[in-house]
Parts: sequence; C-alpha cells; structure tokens
Amino acid sequence: MDELLEILNDINPDADYETNDHLVDDEILTSFELVMLVTQIRDVFDVSIPSEAIIPENFNSVEAMMRLIGRLKEDE
Amino acid sequence: MKNSVLEFLEETAGSYPDRCVYSDPERTYTFSKALRTARAIGSRIGKLQASGRPVAVFMEKSASMAVAILGILYGGCCYCPIDTSMPEQRIRTILSVLDPAAAITEPGSRHLTERIAPACPVWDYDELSETPEDPKLLARIRSGCKETDPLYILFTSGSTGVPKGVMGCHRMIINNLCWLEKEFPYAPEDVLGSQVPFHFVISLHDIFVPLRFGCSTYIIPQDYFSSPARLVNCLNDNHVTSVFWVPSALTVVARLNGFDTQQPRFLRYIFFIGEVMPVKYLNYWRRYLPDVRYVNMYGSTETHVSLFFELVRDFKDHERLPIGHACGNVKALILDDNGRPVPPGEETAGELCIGGAALSLGYYKDQEKTEDRFISLKLSSDVTERFYRTGDIASYAADGNIVYHGRKDFQIKRMGYRIELGEIEAAAALIPGINECVCVYNEERQMILLLYTAAEKLDSKMLSNGISARVPRYMMPNRYIRLEQMPRNANGKIDRRGLKEIYAQAEKSQRS
Repeated sequence: MDELLEILNDINPDADYETNDHLVDDEILTSFELVMLVTQIRDVFDVSIPSEAIIPENFNSVEAMMRLIGRLKEDE
Repeated sequence: MKNSVLEFLEETAGSYPDRCVYSDPERTYTFSKALRTARAIGSRIGKLQASGRPVAVFMEKSASMAVAILGILYGGCCYCPIDTSMPEQRIRTILSVLDPAAAITEPGSRHLTERIAPACPVWDYDELSETPEDPKLLARIRSGCKETDPLYILFTSGSTGVPKGVMGCHRMIINNLCWLEKEFPYAPEDVLGSQVPFHFVISLHDIFVPLRFGCSTYIIPQDYFSSPARLVNCLNDNHVTSVFWVPSALTVVARLNGFDTQQPRFLRYIFFIGEVMPVKYLNYWRRYLPDVRYVNMYGSTETHVSLFFELVRDFKDHERLPIGHACGNVKALILDDNGRPVPPGEETAGELCIGGAALSLGYYKDQEKTEDRFISLKLSSDVTERFYRTGDIASYAADGNIVYHGRKDFQIKRMGYRIELGEIEAAAALIPGINECVCVYNEERQMILLLYTAAEKLDSKMLSNGISARVPRYMMPNRYIRLEQMPRNANGKIDRRGLKEIYAQAEKSQRS
C-alpha cells in the first residue's frame, strides 16, 4: 500500500488518496496520469495489466488498485 | 471562393439533409436539423446587431455545442468556448478581455455563467434553439460577410500570467478545407472521432470538415481515453474512419497496450498535431494498423494547420518525424539569427515563420503583442508579406522537409496543451512566502517541477491550493522543491539549464 501511495503522490501530490474513491470519475487521475500509474505499477509490483483491466472501477481508489494488483499477481 | 464556412453547410445540407453531421452519446444532428437549429440561434444573436463581436459558449463539449457554434456564426459573431473546468479567476480574466456580446449556456453551467459572465444576455442552448427563424435578418447579416471576418477567439496560455485570445477568421478554415479536398479527401461515409476539447484550435477540423464533405463527427466521451479497450469499442461501434488527435492521446493507447485484444476496424486516416509524436508509440499503431494513412501535422492557434508530413516509409523508434512542408496557399520560411530567410537546401536552424492563408488576425485587443509576433517581411523589392513568428526552431532537411528542433522560449506542450511556464510562475509568485520561483519541465515524464526560494520550506498542499486557484489542472506542477538560492548565470539571470540539472538529480535520488 505504501509503495502505491508513493507512486500516486509522485504523479499528483494534490489528491487525498486515503479517502477519495472516485479518483478517475472525478478526473483526479486522467488518462495521462493513468499511463504513468500503470507503467509504474507494472515496474514496481512486477505485474502486467491487460487493457481490459484499465477501467475506472479498478483505479477509482487505492483499495481498488490494491485488489487489482492482488488479482493480477494471483493470475500470474 | 467562399466568404463564410456556412456556405459549405448550406450546400451540403441541400445534398445530404438526412445524413448525420454531429453526434455524441446523447444527441444526433442531421445536416437539416443542424442547419435549422443554427439558423434559429443565429436569428436571436443577430438581433443584438453585434457583428464581429464574440459570443462566449459555456457548454460541455457535445454535438449541441458544435451546433451552437454554427448558430453564433449565423448571428454574424465569432465564438469563444469557455472551459468551465478552469479556475473561476482565470475565466473572469478571460471574460474581462473578451467582453462578449452574449453567452450561451446549458443547465449544468448556468449558475456558473450567471455568476461570472459580465453584463450580457445569457441564453440557455435549448431555449435559444427554439427561436423563430428570421430569414431576412440572416440574409442581411450574410450579405455583409467577408472571408476575413472573425470566426473564433481561442485563449492560450500567456507568459505574463494573462491568457491571450487568438482571433481566427473564416479564410483559414475555407482554405484548409479546400486543401484537404486535394490531399486527404473525405467521403460522406467517413466518421471523424473527435478527441480534443472545442477550446483547442485542432477541434476546428472536427467541427468544420463535415460541412464541406458531408461526413460526420462523433464526439468521443473524454473518459473513454482512460480505458483503451472501451475506446477501441467506441471507435468500432461508431465506424470511426478518421482521427485528428494530439499525440498524447495516441501515446496513451500505445503505452496502455490498448490493442492487445482488439483493434480499430475502420480507420483510414490518423492525423496528429500539437506536440512531438514519439515514433516509438506511433510504430505501435502502425504495427496493428499498417494500411492507415498517418500524417504528422504542424500548426498553432495563430495559424491553424500549416505544414504536414505523410509517413510513406518506416521510421525507427529513435528517429524524429519531420513536420514536412506547407499546406496549400500557406507559406513557411525559416529566419536565421540575422532575420534573413534561410534558402531551402541550407541546413541552418532558425525561427519558423508562417504566412499565407493560414494566418489568423492576431491577438484580440492586443495590438502590441500582435505587432510583436505578426511581422511584415520584405521578400523581394516590391513584395512585403505578413508572417507569424512561431517561436519554434526549425531547419530544412536534405530532402527539403522542415524539421522541428524545439522552442526559442519557455513554452511547453503537455498532454497536447500549450503552456507558458511563465503563467504558472506568475501564479506561484503571488503566494505569500515565495521569494523567487521557476518551473522546469521533464518532457519524457510530462512532469512540471516548481523550484522556489523562501525563508523556510512551504507546505506542498498550500502551494497547490494557491496555484490551482489561478491556473487549470493541466498546468499544475507535480512537485515543489525549495532551494537556498537560485543558480544564476554570468548576467545575473536565473540559470534554467542549471535548474534542469538540479531537477535531474532530484529525480535520480528519488528513483534510487
């Protein structure tokens, strides 16, 4: 979780990642920030994220992102 | 030659009244409906007798907004889209310069419009579109139209902190559409997939191309760009055959590996403009879609589309695409350090200048800035022509194509947005406690860093709040670093190159 928060704060330091669960819907994470996020999640957590998994529901909150990372790790 | 882009609409609506011209997930307009609605809107605006003045549009990007723009033109005015997601302070600054004759709004932005629009009529789009048509008034307005009449005022970032309004005219678009017909013709069956907001000059392509060719534009919802698989579905479901996007949008798809399960099936043109297209990501598209025509375009709000380069060979990932050569009736030349045009064939780099039919009218209500950037050049003993100094450094390649090298100043391109770092610095300088501040940009990571001097380290959230009250989100710095003192060069000026090194070191230490 801390690693993920570090990545997110690096990309956009203004958001409140602990409480916000509409990060994509509220456009706090836009498509361009998602690119950075997905690339860094890929590198740091050593998972590949298929394009169908890149949907707002999976990135709207830190918890959703952690669940996605967990699922992808299990699948691998 | 036509005097108004509306002549295209009328001709095409006569040929294809029932074909779709604009659509989004909510609404579809056929040519006849768009024509009828635009004439209704124009009939109300025309009564203001405000020919040539701007009408502000406070609407979300939509098919209806495109029709509202046509209605403004019918009323003899020019349009100015207002990005309602901007900080109110910035909108107020823009409106104080704009002094619009009227504002068009919709339920979602009505309160905002009424709160901040200056003293002018504010109309709701749906109500406005019910206005009874006044054919005599519309005919009278049209009879006075000239191709140099203003068409749009689009505001771009200003280095002193105040956005500047670029005023474009009908001729720019008429010329561009005639050129497209020769080089990249569209058929009525074509569908354009619109990506950029209507306050980007690139959107003129999406708005006006259907009027000339009888094709249609589908407004892609912005959130689809956060989900590549949905985006590809959207392109296929709507039979999109052409896109005119900023490179960042194409890059997003490539970097998220958007084609790993399915690919666009109908695309035949991919145009990109507004920033440098990384060949590495373009090659991703070319691998999956080898039969599409790929065209690197060059232009600016001041000159619309002015140069182009179609890819007819493979480019390696590390290569840089040329920006090519001038579109029809457009002139491009490179001025050396002494202000002399570099002859084609010579490789001297200089400032790229654009002239001819792509030229806009200048900066709205800013004669001084207009005279600074739009210059008269004596090309021979008896010919003097007007050119726009782009601020871009370019040179001729051996094959005659023009190659872009970078900027003369501190303007950057981020996610397709044109940003003057000075505007961010001006906003930050107003924050109590900051003595000096400078922004640097990491192009590869698309990150802005604000370096400042202050008696003590300032809270990042406080800095963010202060800056975000004045600049849009796409201009926000990603990181703030306090320095003991600014590095300076021999002339005592802030050494921006030195700051870039500090930034590089900060990045390195964070990654290690």
